[in-house]
Amino acid sequence: MTVPSSLFNSGRRSIIVGGAAVAVAPTLFNIARAQTTPIKIGFPVPLTGAFSAEAQDQVRCAEIAIKEFNDNGGYGGRKAELLVRDDKLNPGEAATRTLELIEKDKVDFVVGSLSAATQLSINAVCRDRKIIFNSISQSDAINEAKDWSLYTFHEALTPHLTAGAVGRYAFPKFGKKMALLTADYAYGHEMVRGFQRVGKEFGMQTVADIRHPLGTADFSSFLPRIQAAKPDVLVLCSFGRDLVNAAKQITDFGLKANMKVITPVLLYTARQAGGAEAFDGLIGGTSYYWGMEDKIPTAKAFNDKFRKAHGGGVPSDYGALGYAGVRSVLQAVREAKSTESMRVSIALRQLRYDWYKGEQVYRKCDHQSIQSVVIVESKSKNMKDKYDVFNVLSIENSNEKNLRSCDELGHKIST
Amino acid sequence: MVDITLDLFLLQLMTGIALGAVYALLAVGLSLIFGMLTVVNFAHGAFFMVGAFLGVYFMNLTGNFWFSLLLVPLAVGAIGLLCERFLVRPLYGRGIDYPLLLTFGLSYVMIEAMRFIFGIEGVPSSTPPELRGAVNLGFGHFPLYRLFLIAATAVIVLGLWLFIEKTRYGLIIRAGSRDPEIVKVLGIDISKVWLLVFGIGTAIAGLSGLLAAPTRAVNPEMGIPILAESFVVTVVGGMGSLPGAVIAGLLVGIVFAMTSLFAPAYAEMSIFVLMAVVLLIRPQGFFGKAGLMS
Repeated sequence: MTVPSSLFNSGRRSIIVGGAAVAVAPTLFNIARAQTTPIKIGFPVPLTGAFSAEAQDQVRCAEIAIKEFNDNGGYGGRKAELLVRDDKLNPGEAATRTLELIEKDKVDFVVGSLSAATQLSINAVCRDRKIIFNSISQSDAINEAKDWSLYTFHEALTPHLTAGAVGRYAFPKFGKKMALLTADYAYGHEMVRGFQRVGKEFGMQTVADIRHPLGTADFSSFLPRIQAAKPDVLVLCSFGRDLVNAAKQITDFGLKANMKVITPVLLYTARQAGGAEAFDGLIGGTSYYWGMEDKIPTAKAFNDKFRKAHGGGVPSDYGALGYAGVRSVLQAVREAKSTESMRVSIALRQLRYDWYKGEQVYRKCDHQSIQSVVIVESKSKNMKDKYDVFNVLSIENSNEKNLRSCDELGHKIST
Repeated sequence: MVDITLDLFLLQLMTGIALGAVYALLAVGLSLIFGMLTVVNFAHGAFFMVGAFLGVYFMNLTGNFWFSLLLVPLAVGAIGLLCERFLVRPLYGRGIDYPLLLTFGLSYVMIEAMRFIFGIEGVPSSTPPELRGAVNLGFGHFPLYRLFLIAATAVIVLGLWLFIEKTRYGLIIRAGSRDPEIVKVLGIDISKVWLLVFGIGTAIAGLSGLLAAPTRAVNPEMGIPILAESFVVTVVGGMGSLPGAVIAGLLVGIVFAMTSLFAPAYAEMSIFVLMAVVLLIRPQGFFGKAGLMS
């Protein structure tokens, strides 16, 4: 048996060379590390599951904020880095991923989430470890004193604010009787509470209040009952695919002829998946619609950045929150001249910013971003291109009075 | 809150029947495959979903609903034929759980494939223009498309029944399901019969996906919940029984609709309660033969 000696030797040599390289590398790395440790932002979002389309857009937009920061020189030579993780729309998974991001990947900040439930579990993990968490998903609970900490920020709208804005727009116009068709989970319940509260101000009467399980594919069996109740306004408190299915079947059953259909959050992505016909005439609220760009210069600037990065496409509402959430934190790092949680938190509290939708500020008592709500109507005619799906009916300007008060949320200090 | 009038009751009954039509159609395919091949097809929901996607695709391509009504079952049936020939066939004679696990895995492959091709958010589907609008039935307005759905189901089920009961091929299929050994001895290639049955079963699943597409969101996961409901239907109707699948399908639809009227929160649970009750009283289902699974 003969072994070609040259082959053997070359193999051994490369092992030795490789070993030497490995031995030297850590020292080199340590020297380099001092100036260039990236600023790490953990980004747990549901890349798989019912809201995956929205989550992927959140990632796209967050990356724009990262790139923008790095192109402008970063902070003191340090570049930002986005660490995206899939929380599978599951609170347990979200907590585990966040813990890994903090303990293993040593992230400086956490931005993300796309459900009322996952953001509470992410917040709990961050709060215990004194890491800033900027939530980009709707929730009322996250601002309440029991869940809140100095490191908790909320970039997104709250159900109270969104439902309130849609109610204030729609209730005086369309009549006094409302029917509610609600997905039976936290999001739906918070929205119903919001509508009932604003409904009281306008003397609305609830003629039907139907709860359906999350993930209902066929709403037809709920519709005759709604028809029989003869409401003036039908409120759909559902999200994503539930909203698509409900809108489709309401159209089929001809309910739109006798009542106005409104929904707290009229999602750009849901409208694209559901089609023009199903959504035609639906009125709803949103944190952002790209079509605001003719009124708001920063919206135009943000859209252009997105168009450039994604072949002429436009950002969605939840996507834009990903951008704002990351950009706020990075701006605060610059202002604080530090990545230390407490200093950045103080900088965020003082931030006045206009990233994409007009001026915003975090309320001191609960770190809720005080912002405008856009009221849009879905259209099926006169669409210029495939992105042109909504008419902007009105923009409710940011007003602290439209949020629940600091006292009501249980915060002792209101400044 | 709302008075239950006769009109409302009848309208609710109609929505239940339309809902049941889709269940019945899916369960017929499921039952056909199980009755003849003793294969529990866990990919049935995925074939339904592929049918919906292809339906939307063909409709956008040709602009003609009737044309895709023809194309979709052929295309989905062809995928079914390939699956039977190359994936399911090697597992015959190895016990009921082998094809069950295989088709379960297959369903995930098909879901991923559709995510890959059409994107995760799904595609918009709309009602064909000639079937839009609502019809006055005397007790209320009902969508024309759902009436069409009920009629289409009746035609498909009737056609299938005539094929199985009245044609020569049907005779071979029936004989093959009762005693494959004797059929083989008589010089008939039983594997071809099974291939055909799997193809027909999956073609009907694809067709029901296409028919359901205008009424709901078309996305890669749409077949998952409806598969569970179809299994309820086959269990209630009796595994392997075609009349059982149709009757149980309609019954499940009606039970769901009626529960929604009186207690919407329990609607989803009601069909599983129905299944539990049937299993307790008559474990083999309405028309099932006892001991088929053993």
